[in-house]
Amino acid sequence: MNNIRNFSIIAHIDHGKSTLADRLIQYTGTCDERNFQDQILDNMDIERERGITIKSNAISLPYRAQDGKDYMLNLIDTPGHVDFSYEVSRSLASCEGVLLVIDAAQGVQAQTLANFYLALEHNLEIIPVINKIDLPSADIERVLEEIDSELGIDPEIHIKCSAKEGIGIEEILEAIVKRIPPPKGNPDQPLAALIFDAHYDSFRGTIIHCRIFDGTVKSGDVIKFMSNDAIYRVEEVGHFKLTRVKRDKLSAGEVGYLIAGVKTVSDVRTGDTITLQDRPCLQPLPGFKEIKPVVFASIYPIASDDYQDLADSLEKYKLNDASFIFEKDSSAALGQGFRCGFLGLLHLDVVQERLEREFDLSIILSVPSVRYRFTLKDGRTVYVDNPTHYPSPTEILKSEEPYIRANMMLPERYLGAVMKLCMDKRGTNSNISYTGPGRIELSFEMPLAEVIYDFYDRFKSVTQGYGSFDYDLIDYRESNLVLMDILVNGEKVDALSQIVHRDRARSRALLACERLKEEIPRQMFKIAIQGAIGSEIIARSTISPYRKDVTAKCYGGDITRKRKLLEKQKAGKKRMKMIGSVSIPQSAFLAVLKSDTD
Amino acid sequence: MLMQNEKAGLYIHIPFCLSKCAYCSFYSLASVGLIPEYIEALKKEIHHYREIFSEFDTIYFGGGTPSLLNPKQIKDILSTIYQTYKIDPQSEITLEINPGDASFEYLHALRDIGIRRVNIGVQSFDDKLLKLLGRRHSGEDALGSVDHVRKAGFENWGMDMLYGVHGQSIKQWQKELLNAVNLQPPHLSCYQLSLDPQVPLRRTYASKGWLLPGENKQRSFFFMTAETLREAGYMHYEVSNFAKGEFLQSKHNRKYWHHVPYLGVGPSANSFFQNRRWWNKADLKAYLQDIFNGIMPILNREKLDKEKLQLETLFLGFRTQEGIDLWKYEKMFGTDLFQEKKTVIHSLIKKKFLVLENGFLKPTLRGMAIADSLALI
Repeated sequence: MNNIRNFSIIAHIDHGKSTLADRLIQYTGTCDERNFQDQILDNMDIERERGITIKSNAISLPYRAQDGKDYMLNLIDTPGHVDFSYEVSRSLASCEGVLLVIDAAQGVQAQTLANFYLALEHNLEIIPVINKIDLPSADIERVLEEIDSELGIDPEIHIKCSAKEGIGIEEILEAIVKRIPPPKGNPDQPLAALIFDAHYDSFRGTIIHCRIFDGTVKSGDVIKFMSNDAIYRVEEVGHFKLTRVKRDKLSAGEVGYLIAGVKTVSDVRTGDTITLQDRPCLQPLPGFKEIKPVVFASIYPIASDDYQDLADSLEKYKLNDASFIFEKDSSAALGQGFRCGFLGLLHLDVVQERLEREFDLSIILSVPSVRYRFTLKDGRTVYVDNPTHYPSPTEILKSEEPYIRANMMLPERYLGAVMKLCMDKRGTNSNISYTGPGRIELSFEMPLAEVIYDFYDRFKSVTQGYGSFDYDLIDYRESNLVLMDILVNGEKVDALSQIVHRDRARSRALLACERLKEEIPRQMFKIAIQGAIGSEIIARSTISPYRKDVTAKCYGGDITRKRKLLEKQKAGKKRMKMIGSVSIPQSAFLAVLKSDTD
Repeated sequence: MLMQNEKAGLYIHIPFCLSKCAYCSFYSLASVGLIPEYIEALKKEIHHYREIFSEFDTIYFGGGTPSLLNPKQIKDILSTIYQTYKIDPQSEITLEINPGDASFEYLHALRDIGIRRVNIGVQSFDDKLLKLLGRRHSGEDALGSVDHVRKAGFENWGMDMLYGVHGQSIKQWQKELLNAVNLQPPHLSCYQLSLDPQVPLRRTYASKGWLLPGENKQRSFFFMTAETLREAGYMHYEVSNFAKGEFLQSKHNRKYWHHVPYLGVGPSANSFFQNRRWWNKADLKAYLQDIFNGIMPILNREKLDKEKLQLETLFLGFRTQEGIDLWKYEKMFGTDLFQEKKTVIHSLIKKKFLVLENGFLKPTLRGMAIADSLALI
């Protein structure tokens, strides 16, 4: 166990986390040059393109240190967005230390701080790594000052490197060995293993990623998930290299995988503790939370013929995303579809993109909503996450919406701006504490609906990215809610309806009308877009029709060209949904909810 | 499968000009040295297609500037055509002329060799505009050419006008238009200026920060043009084409809009036959080289499947006053357009974009203005 180090790399976006990971993998010879594909850990297209890590990933690096001993360095990658902050925390809980990568030119940035706080929370050994020192714009002195003043850690302990040029890699590996403590734990104690991730393999089923804290697990063992007492027999255990490498057993301190005939990823809960059925540990490892979707939206196929394809694709998608849920749904305007639950708006974006990309589907998303609670006059209590099921206003006795407690860490200089933002978002019960020189921890209670709407983007923008943000659901509170509908040429588009606070209704309706005006292409008729509460119109906009689009000349040589142009437009139109006589593009549905600060 | 009873048209491209006009995107060279050689090549190409085409009832010399050919040269080409194909005695035989070339003697000679219709590229009577457009003639020349056309005895003739040029107000254009109407041309084409990517005038516009008229202004130009000419007794039979009567429409041009077969010869010319379309290289040197090497100078070809033909039928049909013949459409495509798109067609009729008349779905003026969108119903 003394030869094991479990660590993670954390960094602000684009500071070179993935490149550094690649270099460490290359240096330790985990994969040969031929098979090397840059940024191995981010293996989904979307992750590469957006530069964010959505699913965490792990890899074991064998390393012979300068002391002559062989070490097993387990690199656990972490996702990088608040929607996935729970996954991050479970990944960090599996480590004893982190490399905090800082760009030599940009210095300490928002997520540097946010991630630093997270690492502190988990009591991890932090090794600051100044990356990109080969850049002409590198200013190492300044970065060192920032490390001292912003992070409050001794700048002396930093390592300079250029992941791109391969400079400083060995020094980093040595620091991992020397500074990060080896894992503690006892292989003879009852098994306690933390699940920090899982993925689906079409041949083997669910592959569980875990960190063993105590005890030992081997194939043939009967294991138990402590959150739900589910029992499985272990088929295989092993380490992550670039591929899975089977081992006899996994023991305390190790990171690896476990295959146990678990059918889908959703049967596995990140953060859960695995133990042995016949010799269970006394209590589960701390920090487990059941993660529940908080944002709901419906997905419809653009062509109704694609409904079955969509159903199949959602099933397949779900195999690999435990936090995604769905059930059948139907809309008067959009036909048959599915109501889905997400962790947040980014999660929703990711799901939409993956469905379109990996499954080649054209889909429409309805306006996302949180789950509201209504007490009706007949005494019943109903939960509504779909505006279509909004109860008749005359029957509602009490409306309630979910509240969260937002926890934010930020440099003191942004306090005023963040306070104002939180109040704008109907925040109450603020609490401020100073956690270090110039550093503030701020908490607020806010309606979840405000947070999913555009809070995170605006928070990042007012703190210029230096703030970190996390939230927990706390309770339901009474609220003055209304159902706001959107009408296109007098026809209600139920997928665009939103449940909103009455004070917000008008501004939301105006924004929706404006957004739709931008997104819906001009057509042959004038299009009226209206926002309404019941029969009361509270906002409107108009799209003027085409007035002239015919070209002057169309003779022999022009016909093919013109036809090709129209074919393109026609194909574009196929990706739109007809509501009455108006073609509404897919983008319009999501645009309605996007922040007005973009 | 289309319009088999209608005879094919023959288009002859003359890719020579004395000078290039600033707005024109048709293929031509500003030199005339290769004309004799070109005529020999043309004759070979015309001859080649005797296997596919057998009879024409329209012949159209376009360009470029066909009036740069002398009557002997034109006669030479016509002789080859007559020797190779059956030519309907009622054929429309058109030649485009530049006002700068339209002497009485020339026009008279054209009549003698069998040209029956001329189309004069007037564009404008305003010398300032003509200069901006890079035309080599004056407004005065235009008036003279009309006079010569008449005196030479042409009864079927037309002129081309251009509008929406920078600095031209709707009022100014109306004045020009009325000048044109006063000359009583049996046929008038009025084209709104557009700037294809490669034309020099586009660079002029860009460098001076000029813009083409916006959509609303374009619409006003278009409506005013149509209303003025309709009042003056012209049939508005296609977006940009007006004629004093059905028999004075361009028989040749309407073939393009109704999928009637046509053969185009010369560089950049397009041909259409049995749902296939092909077009020649837009390069005189390459054209000559191919022809004299015994191969056809075809750049590319396409086969139109049902879907493509349907789309073309719609966007071409909605450009014409005649509209879409629903009965023929059903016969051709096996679907009843009216039934298939009932809701949207009904609302387009209600909103006065279309009218249904004797089994034809016809665009109104409002409809014609948005023919491209109408095609996407």
